[in-house]
Amino acid sequence: MLGKLTLQAIPFDHPVPLFAGSFVVLVVLCVVVWIALKGYVPYLWREWITSVDHKRIGVMYVLLACLMMLRGFIDAIMMRSQQTFAFHAAGYLPPEHFDQIFSAHGTIMIFFAAMPFMIGLMNFAVPLQLGVRDVAFPTLNNTSFWLTCVGALLINLSLLVGEFARTGWIPYPPLSELTYSPGVGVDYYLWSLLISGVGTLLTGINFVTTILKIRAPGMSYTRMPMFCWTALASNLLIVAAFPILTATLAMLTLDRYLGFHFFSNEAGGNPMMFVNLIWAWGHPEVYILVLPAFGIFAEVISTFSNRPLFGYRSMVIATMAFVIVTYTVWLHHFFTMGAGADVNGIFGIATTIIGLITGVKVFNWLFTMYGGRIVFASPMLWSIGFLVTFCIGGVTGMLLAVPPADFLVHNSTFLVAHFHNVIIGGVIFAGFAGLTYWFPKAFGFRLDEGWGKAAFWLTLIGFYVVFVPLYITGLQGMPRRMQHYDFALWHPWIVAAAFGIVLLFCAMVCQVIQLRVSIRHRDELRDDTGDPWNGRSLEWATASPAPAFNFAVLPRVHGAEPYWEIKRRAIETQQTAEPQYEPIELSRNSPVGVITAFFAFFVGFAMIWHIWWMAILGVVGAYAAFVWFAWRDVEDYTISAAEVAQLDRARRRVHEEWLTQHARELA
Amino acid sequence: MRYMSGCFCAPPVAFLASKCLQLLPIITIPTALLALLAGCSGGVLDPQGPIGAADNKILFNALGIVLAIVGPTIVAVLIFAWWFRASNTRARYLPDWVFSGRIELLSWGIPLLIIVFLGGVIWVGAHQLDPYRPIASQNKSINVQVVSLDWKWLFIYPDHGIASVNELVVPAGVPVHFSLTSASVMNMFFVPQLGSMIMTMNGMVTQLYLQADQAGDFYGESTQYSGEGFSGMNFVLRAVPQDEFERWVAAARQSGPELDRASYIAVSQQSQNVRPFTYRVVDPNLFDEIVTRRIPPGPGPQAGRGGPSVHPRAEH
Repeated sequence: MLGKLTLQAIPFDHPVPLFAGSFVVLVVLCVVVWIALKGYVPYLWREWITSVDHKRIGVMYVLLACLMMLRGFIDAIMMRSQQTFAFHAAGYLPPEHFDQIFSAHGTIMIFFAAMPFMIGLMNFAVPLQLGVRDVAFPTLNNTSFWLTCVGALLINLSLLVGEFARTGWIPYPPLSELTYSPGVGVDYYLWSLLISGVGTLLTGINFVTTILKIRAPGMSYTRMPMFCWTALASNLLIVAAFPILTATLAMLTLDRYLGFHFFSNEAGGNPMMFVNLIWAWGHPEVYILVLPAFGIFAEVISTFSNRPLFGYRSMVIATMAFVIVTYTVWLHHFFTMGAGADVNGIFGIATTIIGLITGVKVFNWLFTMYGGRIVFASPMLWSIGFLVTFCIGGVTGMLLAVPPADFLVHNSTFLVAHFHNVIIGGVIFAGFAGLTYWFPKAFGFRLDEGWGKAAFWLTLIGFYVVFVPLYITGLQGMPRRMQHYDFALWHPWIVAAAFGIVLLFCAMVCQVIQLRVSIRHRDELRDDTGDPWNGRSLEWATASPAPAFNFAVLPRVHGAEPYWEIKRRAIETQQTAEPQYEPIELSRNSPVGVITAFFAFFVGFAMIWHIWWMAILGVVGAYAAFVWFAWRDVEDYTISAAEVAQLDRARRRVHEEWLTQHARELA
Repeated sequence: MRYMSGCFCAPPVAFLASKCLQLLPIITIPTALLALLAGCSGGVLDPQGPIGAADNKILFNALGIVLAIVGPTIVAVLIFAWWFRASNTRARYLPDWVFSGRIELLSWGIPLLIIVFLGGVIWVGAHQLDPYRPIASQNKSINVQVVSLDWKWLFIYPDHGIASVNELVVPAGVPVHFSLTSASVMNMFFVPQLGSMIMTMNGMVTQLYLQADQAGDFYGESTQYSGEGFSGMNFVLRAVPQDEFERWVAAARQSGPELDRASYIAVSQQSQNVRPFTYRVVDPNLFDEIVTRRIPPGPGPQAGRGGPSVHPRAEH
């Protein structure tokens, strides 16, 4: 009846996961009960869970990312502390548990922290920057989000029911085949990524369509803000790369469930085929993450330098070049395969081209600061921290691109330090920069600067204290993923890295306090103008928080920095004409996304535990929800012109005050 | 005035150049310090053979080439950010400057130049240090066949008809030709002080040439995570003088079990932290039979198959 699922699946003999899992369940239960008692359930259901508003979906993505980052960070703390204690000793985590932790850390951080963070910020900001009301397929957007949540839920469920993969975050066969990983861990990995991968692909399609087809009148391609360009590039990569991931994982799934031999040792299978395929997705994935980050930095650096972006066209060319070049370098992830000098040489040189186009971008950011009037608000601090840190990550990346150098440090903690260097220094810094930058647009008040800056400095210093030692142990020959070791030279550095983790923990505490303090002082931090940073693109042209329809009247775009020009013109002419309001049509909220995801969860769970009847029910349920939605007969709802005018009046009043103030300054 | 030429920025650039020179030690000293710290320690920066030394040379050449551009860039980031702070009234403000052909030329040209250099290093390096390329030496190389098992290393000496587990004894100053495969999952063979690591894969053979210049004990390991016993999958590579090597071979021939099909299948079962031992005689076809899978691949864990157990553990 329940397939492989029995009470033995609960790890009663493993105190660490049992305690951690029970604690999480307890916390979740408390939150749910609190919400229910306060009577917030109908509000949450109506306004958030079923919302098709891209801004709310974006906020939920970022929330998911922050929660999962917390989970991944706890894994990181466990890994660092285990290695600190496991010198000439067994440590406190047995290998079968330690191996799950580093696998879960990688999977969660990439798929459920970094990805949702970037996708969330794209969701929130791209339609606003394009000057439109929503994405192309609003309901699909909601579905994507909930499918991503299912993946995250399945992975976290593995803490308490069964186990997670012990193969690393990229499950190389034959280790991930049934012969060598008979437990359900790899199945948890496969099904959570197969399901969330569908969500990600739908997001990609949604955003490519939105950016290519729906923009404010007058916004030609070369007038799009840089973040929209990088979002376009990133989503094009999603559309092209995620099917590779899904197909590869599906083949591994067939191997494990139906005895196929795609990647097995026997019957003509070839594990290296998996390695090639997965990196054909895996390298573009790096740029799926880092391109939106580049876009955020372009916006932030330009805004806080009070200058337009330098070398816009170069930036666009470099961004789009990534989309192509990134598909030509996958082999540098396994130079040590022994493919031969010509192959390694060609892929090494292709990799340096990535360095070239990244270099162009760095120079353009640099010269955006040149001649600016730089305000060191916390988003700008994250950006400068990024420029320095990312450059260092670039140096080590270029070393890894040289095959003979890679032969010395591949799969060592040097490699680990390198990719954390670019992913933390690039993506996570961008996430926090973007979060601080767009927070007032989402909630109507700014985040507290003092705690934000404390978090920045602690993160920056903590990052170096963790990863410089790991660079060094890598050069001393320490492989990644060691559960214990006896090599005396590594130990002091590993202890130093553990100290860095303490700093990062303090940084995280600062972020939490920052949120609390900002909410408490929200009246002082209120953003009345809708333009808290003296911004240049269209998201600042509307009120904070942005209304459901984004813009009372769709803006007309005449240049690359539309809002900057609107402001200039308004100051010169000293007038803002009363716009011609028109009724606005918006999509209705829909529960189809969450219902589909509900059934998808049972498909995943049932497949992991071989509960075939439940899997069939899940597929039927998800399909029925989709068909029901496709045959629905509901009109979109309309906000009348009078209502729009009334909602927009407050913003216009503040605007006129702002104008007279500036008139006085000019005089 | 939207498009200005780049010439006006000459004075600040001169100023920057002088600042850069002042700040250069700040970048280079820690780098050199790091290299020193890591170098004097028996790691990859302390090579004891020709391959490791050549790998290192390439590593530092590449580092030099990349730092030549990235070092000044980092310094420029910090100087620009500080000089153009909003409160600095001496800094000029260019609210509309968005394009300069000269700077564009530099921002594409300099990285391009760097990757031309680096590309050269990559191409030449990839060929000179191709792991399959024999080491030129007056001494005839000896052959060692390496099989990664779950979770220990089996070293077969086909020229001498002996084998060892988790202990690799080679003559110093003589090139060693490794042929490597895996009994089950992937692993990576690496002796940090001798250089170049390489993958071991079931059903495939990779080649690697290494040499230890002087006698000494060198730490060896797997760098490709391979399951529960991975952390204990280490060995010592003992490079010894030629006569001592021959004594070791003679001693190994006197004692220890025989390595044939049956005893190979026994040793290929999963086990962890295995103490080194030797085999006095080896079936000469064994390596070929492993590679061609006439001997089936390693069996994986015995627990957790088919039954309800979802926490299979290997036998310790």
